[in-house]
Amino acid sequence: MECFIHASCGSTSGSVAMFCLVSRLFTPPFLTAASMVVSSRSYADFTPEATFDIKKVDLHRLEEGPPLTATLTREEGLKYYRTMQTIRRMELKADQLYKQKIIRGFCHLYDGQEACAVGIEGGITLSDHLITAYRAHGYTLTRGGTVREIMAELTGRRGGIAKGKGGSMHMYTKNFYGGNGIVGAQVPLGAGVALACKYLGNDQLCVSLYGDGAANQGQIFETYNMSSLWKLPIIFICENNQYGMGTSVERSSASTEYYKRGDYIPGLRVDGMDVLCVREATKFAADHCRSGKGPILMELQTYRYHGHSMSDPGVSYRTREEIQEVRSKSDPISMLKDRMLSNNMASIEELKEIDIAVRKEIEDAAQFATTDPEPPLDDLCSHIFATDQPFDVRGATPWTKLTSTS
Amino acid sequence: MGFMVICSLYINKISILLSSHFCILTSRMSLFQVNVRDALNHAMDEELERDERVFLLGEEVAQYDGAYKVSRGLWKKYGDKRIIDTPITEVKTNTLAGVQSQHNISLSQYFELACRHLSSCAVTMVTRANQKPFFCISPQTVVFLENELMYGVPFELSEEVMHKDFVVPIGKAKVERQGTHISLVSHSRCVGFCLDAAAVLAKEGVECEVVNLRTIRPLDVETIEASVIKTGHLVTVEGGWPQYGVGAEICARIMEGPAFNYLDAPAVRVTGVDIPMPYAKILEDHSVPQIKDIIFSVKKVLNM
Repeated sequence: MECFIHASCGSTSGSVAMFCLVSRLFTPPFLTAASMVVSSRSYADFTPEATFDIKKVDLHRLEEGPPLTATLTREEGLKYYRTMQTIRRMELKADQLYKQKIIRGFCHLYDGQEACAVGIEGGITLSDHLITAYRAHGYTLTRGGTVREIMAELTGRRGGIAKGKGGSMHMYTKNFYGGNGIVGAQVPLGAGVALACKYLGNDQLCVSLYGDGAANQGQIFETYNMSSLWKLPIIFICENNQYGMGTSVERSSASTEYYKRGDYIPGLRVDGMDVLCVREATKFAADHCRSGKGPILMELQTYRYHGHSMSDPGVSYRTREEIQEVRSKSDPISMLKDRMLSNNMASIEELKEIDIAVRKEIEDAAQFATTDPEPPLDDLCSHIFATDQPFDVRGATPWTKLTSTS
Repeated sequence: MGFMVICSLYINKISILLSSHFCILTSRMSLFQVNVRDALNHAMDEELERDERVFLLGEEVAQYDGAYKVSRGLWKKYGDKRIIDTPITEVKTNTLAGVQSQHNISLSQYFELACRHLSSCAVTMVTRANQKPFFCISPQTVVFLENELMYGVPFELSEEVMHKDFVVPIGKAKVERQGTHISLVSHSRCVGFCLDAAAVLAKEGVECEVVNLRTIRPLDVETIEASVIKTGHLVTVEGGWPQYGVGAEICARIMEGPAFNYLDAPAVRVTGVDIPMPYAKILEDHSVPQIKDIIFSVKKVLNM
């Protein structure tokens, strides 16, 4: 990973910079300018902040794009690391529980794509809105859900984030609208949320995600049209993980330049494996929306390690070598880890401690998810409408009268 | 959603086979164990072999062997021209009169879409492997719905049914079990439940006649009426929601026709619970008709 490092150590003088540069020339390769300056100044043990070069973003109908560098603070770095690691371990645990038949039904795992969820959240706030399709566990977490609630939902227990009634594809939190099973249908819904934002004038926006498989859906183009016409504050994001179920992008799409598919909508194609790249692009896109310019489209080039869902081994339409190559060269967590370590923003021990803490959190959550009881039968008909009046529901026979409460 | 039957074009991502045969009938002999998935696979294979104008079109049907492996091996055998992978789309071109599938379970949205796009669509449900020759094709378009929960379930097939020329007509129901006291009219997965309930009730001296609709539209009203006239009692069983469902239509037709005069008690529907389908296993089990619901209803109708 090529990074030219500028250590920012609080004081800003040209001489310090010069010193850094000069020291770099004369120090052994394993000591960076940053650590040289830091030790001579007896500062905190770690670099508090560093700036990294990030990949240039491909632009469509835009004169300028997001910046070519991104600044990461130590706190941010640790936070992103922890969140991505949590998503990774949570998904792997879900895989394990599914194979033990403790989780059933549909289960679409997100490992490999963590930088997208975490990077996007880094570019917006929790008062903004987000909606995605069924590969949603990562977003449920970044949008405020806890691992416990997510796992208990997967196992269908009353402590689940949707009280055990939704399952993998129907998880919701505040300003997070799921979790949607029908391919592509969440995008028009996202435009609706954006319309509400504009109507209420609250300076919020909506991020509407979809995959490369859904990108050819007619309803998405209808949404492009309406959002452009009405200048809705919506960021369309195509998570292009190269495969729509078992069909590669070349076999499904006449044009694989998904960031251009919005035609009249400006677009960005971003490296979705680099959390900083995603964050900067999201910030750029958010500014674009908030300034009233209307929708913008981002394509995140990413990769999923698992198959489409748990019933798909994921190796009949792609090679194990390909998966291995992505894991070794572009893994989002490794990328962030390397950056932080080589810039002395954290120590290996510290990151290991985070790993251990994450593992424990996941274990505890899994424990909860397997021991929490299922929802009570009395709840069968509940929570259908948001009304306070209970009403009658027909059961399986005309003599079975059930009641729905909210 | 209470409806357990799913559009084949829908969850199975297989579009309608096109051909212009009409169908004929036969029966009997020694037995083979075949599960529904394999039965569907054989049926498609037979049709593809029989007529070159038949092709299979859908999401993941070719290289992936089908989302539920129903079209396994077909692409290897017949190649790109006849087994075609499509991108994910909602609506196929009308020339094919095929409704493209989505990969989820909500029937309502897509089924309506399907029927609006298809003129006079015959809608058939397959759940039992001995209906494999259901790929019986007429000049009309047929929407074929498969219950994914049944794919792995084995049934016994006679040698006759295994033969490649065996076909079953569209629009004809089948009396799976003869009975005298009450008619249980059902389709898809619930037919199995009806037969189980009938076995339990037989021990108490109640003989249920179980009618498997097989085709939803056109509904085989004659067979239903004949059964009701014979038994004088009717319970319809379905996985779907009660309101505006198959059972509702059957009851209305019985009211409007000659069989009403033979009813000794009001007809009753056993249906899925009128709620969105919940995820937790215990809730799911209680939102679809269970054998005990059928038995309960039969006893109520017979005033036992």
